[in-house]
Amino acid sequence: MKGERFFELWVYLAATPLAGLTLTLVAYVVGYALYTRCKLHPLANPVLIAVVVIVACLGIVEVDYGTYFAGAQFVHFLLGPAVVGLAVPLARAWPDVRRLAVPVAGALAVGSGVAFVTAVGVAWALGASPATLASLAPKSVTAPIAMGIAEQIGGMAALAAVFAVATGIIGATLGKYVLDALRVRDWRARGFALGLAAHGIGTARAFQVNVEAGTYAGLAFGLHGVFAAFLLPLLWRLSSFILGER
Amino acid sequence: MSPFLAGVTWLLLFQCAGEVASRLLGLPVPGPVVGMLLLLIALRARKRIPDSIGAAADALAKHLSLLFVPAGVGVMMYFGHLAGEWLPIVLALLVSTVVAIAAAALTFAALARRAGANPDNRTPGAEP
Repeated sequence: MKGERFFELWVYLAATPLAGLTLTLVAYVVGYALYTRCKLHPLANPVLIAVVVIVACLGIVEVDYGTYFAGAQFVHFLLGPAVVGLAVPLARAWPDVRRLAVPVAGALAVGSGVAFVTAVGVAWALGASPATLASLAPKSVTAPIAMGIAEQIGGMAALAAVFAVATGIIGATLGKYVLDALRVRDWRARGFALGLAAHGIGTARAFQVNVEAGTYAGLAFGLHGVFAAFLLPLLWRLSSFILGER
Repeated sequence: MSPFLAGVTWLLLFQCAGEVASRLLGLPVPGPVVGMLLLLIALRARKRIPDSIGAAADALAKHLSLLFVPAGVGVMMYFGHLAGEWLPIVLALLVSTVVAIAAAALTFAALARRAGANPDNRTPGAEP
């Protein structure tokens, strides 16, 4: 009898938004505690830890993504004001940013082009399906913009969001090693590269390490979003023309 | 009123303005990005960043990575799709992200050096 009551309570709780929201925060707090314990080691990325913990929990209790998201959407929603708020570090660093207009524009054009060509090129060479290719194309752009672009060029919006988050995690975890190997010491160049290739998650990582790196990461992440939203669909058409319609 | 609350209100107002502008002009850029550009213009015009907006923006930026967790959990819906094509997907994500970071960082550093900026890590205020 007691077990039945408990089961009823459990079914009720698992279906309320409270469960999804609490699980998201608990998993992130655990992930962040591990990250701090590891002295902000890039491989102990808190997003990665949180996602793994949540997916495992949902799998065990057999709750689907839609039910989970009913609660998690309150966290997801804050992405909007957070993106708007990136104008603040940018405004603080504006005189320096303006002086560096040429490196900013150059790194944006080169990095954006390289991200697109290598993602689509590698997957195409290994025989990925057209829908996967179109969902991979905007992977270095922040999830909300990537979803819009993917839909426009024949990909799947939700899959594009997953690829974008995966890219962000890869960039935030491996970026340090790539930049160290290349001996790039300028915090602005390091931050810009992280924000460009790994959007918001790379920016979050950059802010955790150095404020100047974070500022340039935020700049790159915003600029890349705007740049890609206009240019990526054109690049996509150009590349399908070159590779031939499949 | 607490400065934080006022700051969040301002951020939401700019997001709304961005959303309206994005819809009305049919821009491919989502509302928050347009809102960020509008806020940047407003802050530059005012020359000073109000403490309220600064406090709210800094608080959100500090845990920006938390906000991507719900979208990341979406991976669970695509396990089937990913299982069929995992090799091209994983390699494309890894190679492309690493190469893009390298390309952007090297381009930025090379052009900054040419622009005569100090290529090494500067501390704020160290400029003559």
